[in-house]
Amino acid sequence: MSRRPYERPITSEWIFRHPRYVRYMVREFSCLFIGGYALLMVVGLERLSQGPAAWESFLQALQAPASIGFHIVALAFSLYHSVTWFNLTPKALPVQVGEEFLPDGVIAGAHYAAWVGLSIGLLWMAGVF
Amino acid sequence: MTELSILRYNPETDDQPRFQSYEVPCREDWVVLDALNYIKENLDPTLSYRWSCHMAVCGSCGMMINQEPKLACKAFLRDYQGLIRVEPLRHFPIERDLVTVIDDFMAKLSRVRPYLIPKDVKALEAGEYRQTPAELKRFKQYSMCINCMLCYAACPEYGLIPKYIGPAAIALAHRWNQDSRDAGREERQEALAAKEGAWECSFVGACSEVCPEHVDPAGAIQQVKIRSTVDWYQEHLMPWLKK
Amino acid sequence: MRTVDTDVAIIGAGGAGLRAAIALAEGAPKLRIALISKVYPMRSHTCAAEGGAAGVIKPDDSLAYHFDDTVHGGDWLSDQDAVDYFIAEAPRELVQLEHWGCPWSREADGSVAVRPFGGMKKQRTWFAADKSGFHILHTLFQTSLRFESIVRFDEYYATELLVDEGRCVGLTAIEMRSGQLCRFDAGAVIIAGGGAGRMFPFTTNGAIKTGDGMALAYRAGVALKDMEFVQYHPTGLPSTGTLLTEACRGEGGVLLNRNGRRFLQDYGMGPETPLGRPVFKTMELGPRDRVSQAFWQEQKKGNMVPTQWGECMLLDMRHLGEKTIDERLPLVRDMSISYMGVDPVHDPVPVRPVVHYMMGGIHTDIRTATALPGLFAAGECACVSINGANRLGSNSLTELLVFGRRAGLSAMEYLQSGARAPGEAARGALAAAARARLSGLMQRSGGTETVAGLRKEMMQTMEQHAGIYRSGEGLAEACVKLGELRHRYRGIELHDKTNVYNTDLLQALELGSMLDCAEAVVQSALGRKESRGAHQRLDYVARDDGRYLKHSLAHWRGADVPRVDYLDVVITRSQPGVRDYSGAHA
Repeated sequence: MSRRPYERPITSEWIFRHPRYVRYMVREFSCLFIGGYALLMVVGLERLSQGPAAWESFLQALQAPASIGFHIVALAFSLYHSVTWFNLTPKALPVQVGEEFLPDGVIAGAHYAAWVGLSIGLLWMAGVF
Repeated sequence: MTELSILRYNPETDDQPRFQSYEVPCREDWVVLDALNYIKENLDPTLSYRWSCHMAVCGSCGMMINQEPKLACKAFLRDYQGLIRVEPLRHFPIERDLVTVIDDFMAKLSRVRPYLIPKDVKALEAGEYRQTPAELKRFKQYSMCINCMLCYAACPEYGLIPKYIGPAAIALAHRWNQDSRDAGREERQEALAAKEGAWECSFVGACSEVCPEHVDPAGAIQQVKIRSTVDWYQEHLMPWLKK
Repeated sequence: MRTVDTDVAIIGAGGAGLRAAIALAEGAPKLRIALISKVYPMRSHTCAAEGGAAGVIKPDDSLAYHFDDTVHGGDWLSDQDAVDYFIAEAPRELVQLEHWGCPWSREADGSVAVRPFGGMKKQRTWFAADKSGFHILHTLFQTSLRFESIVRFDEYYATELLVDEGRCVGLTAIEMRSGQLCRFDAGAVIIAGGGAGRMFPFTTNGAIKTGDGMALAYRAGVALKDMEFVQYHPTGLPSTGTLLTEACRGEGGVLLNRNGRRFLQDYGMGPETPLGRPVFKTMELGPRDRVSQAFWQEQKKGNMVPTQWGECMLLDMRHLGEKTIDERLPLVRDMSISYMGVDPVHDPVPVRPVVHYMMGGIHTDIRTATALPGLFAAGECACVSINGANRLGSNSLTELLVFGRRAGLSAMEYLQSGARAPGEAARGALAAAARARLSGLMQRSGGTETVAGLRKEMMQTMEQHAGIYRSGEGLAEACVKLGELRHRYRGIELHDKTNVYNTDLLQALELGSMLDCAEAVVQSALGRKESRGAHQRLDYVARDDGRYLKHSLAHWRGADVPRVDYLDVVITRSQPGVRDYSGAHA
């Protein structure tokens, strides 16, 4: 048989073949920081349960430069993750009213609005205002 | 003049694919396909590639042009600077030159049962099923797929996990699921909700970006995920509800 | 040689081939069906058809009107019994497609919508936006996947029919990926291989439309009928030749010359109708042959718009508005912008007539049977004839369905009649001969001709002498030239002599098919000393019903010039009259 189909090997170079793949990997990578932050919250809860001294030392540790650095990076990744996620929601949740579909901005906008609303609600419960 | 560097491969003479360069005239209205035809007619008749309609509706001429999956009949030479690299569509084995083996794709298309499984069977004499323009719009977009496989070439999941059923197949299944005349969602569920079905997708979204017909397979896949999740919960928690 | 044993072999997997396969699978589930195509079915050129498929459904429409429109449109060369069958079956076939899920465009109440089309008295063209052929093809292909009895042989190029004791008993085909010749043993063969527009340099047709199906039957002794009737579609893009659907005019688009005048009114299709409100059968809704001929005449007067691709007329759709264009003509807008840099919403689009369809083809009867028992043909490759001397737009897609199904049924009936199958020795010998002929081409060395060179000369000859208007002198020259090209074809040497997916070989075989078809076209055209429908002669400008109310039949004679004789047209109730596309008709 003269046929001999050739299979091109897959390497990780695909990530750099186009900016969209880099952006995707960054988005996925962001979960490490989001996960890390969640862990930090769990640790914080634990310290809280161990009494005022443990809690104070936890708050102190949070003010270290390394911690500030981590928080800035985690916030950036979180925002990136949330924004890319919200902007994708219209694709997953199309809403047809009559013949037309609601514009993407409405669906994504609703998510942003809910986010803002929930955040304000939480801050209020925490006694910020 | 423009230079095209084309990945050649003839299993009878080559161990491996290799690039070959050609100089072609650079006409304002030419697409890469016109350049390939020029090469075949004037420079090298041994070059093999698929094409037919030259109007982006038959889906034959998908290839990697400067590493991006594109239809050769819609890739205008004027949009490229310098050397243009032309390779067969990624993630498919190369049969010969720019011709790939698409057996896997054809099998997957079949697997999702992409045909009408009607709700109520109607006699032909009774005329057409009624379908409002709004109902038509619900699935119309997903019916526009020309089976060009650019989405499979763009999808890193398919590249890494060849068992993944892939964007076009899922979008086609979704097209039928969304058709108001159809009642076959349950039958398609097995292929769609499987591990190699919609759940293999991690929403890279490259498929929708490269799709020349704006089918938005990524959107279809996420909708399939949501729908199959709701179906699963209904089936297991509220089995008394009709699907 | 690898052998496939089947009951029915279908060559071509476009609209007609797929419809035949489904008819067989539904009607006789135990029959084995081999669906053989040189391309994957989704690539078939049916996908490029845009406008729609005609079938009577409106209450103010009638089968009688559809009959009249078709027979008048065909300049009375259509076989009227076939037309009666066709129009009666049409609505049922279109409903059947809808039942298989075809996304026809709809009215507000959910019923199927229909649009006006050229040469039709009433609205009866069912459509799916402006990608009707695409949706029809994909609906048929996807439906065919339901049937296990349909076994597909994708990318197999049929090379010869096997004929034993005056019956068609199968075919040989090259498995393109391996280059191996394969023998198909079949009780019946259906050819649905499409037309041959690629004989011309300027065509809406895709690369695959090379008349292979026609050539297969022709070389097996079946006549090619009415080959001189080649349709020019008035509105093709001048840069690529690709099609802008007649629906542009159905929705209200108008054709202008360089002075902004709707010139069709000067050629018997006036008076000028109000902008955006087309009137059936006049002006821009006139039949394709008349509109293309008007272009040619107007061009001779110097009234066409010069562009870098030659002279054009302007298709103006600005008054339709963006909403209508995006809803009903989105592909048209996309193509105009991509390939011409012109947005029809804002500017008129330059267009010119391009070769689009072949009315002629394999001679069949009303049941799609050819004169060779066991061989059937349907679709553009066949000539029943319902289209006569000029086809009305949107009759062809319906034709695929009606006669595709008919071919399936006829093949079934033929098999049930119990024709005796030939022995292995006979089949083996036939296949071996086919292989020898193929090897001759593949292994030839010291050749002086190339595929591209001969093809170019053929296309130039057809463009120059077999275009919209022909002359006796020009046709005679073309006949000589094509005879010469067919002779020189035997001196072709391939550059590529390998086996795997050898497109040099495939293009050489396709060229062979086109040369045979082209010779049939010009010889038939030379013999028809009249002007009728799409065949217009400068030296015989009138229609001559006395001598030529007949079909031409071209018979292959190997290396010799084909013999052309004639067959009466079946006239039942419509006697030849005047084709009146002016606003004056009732």
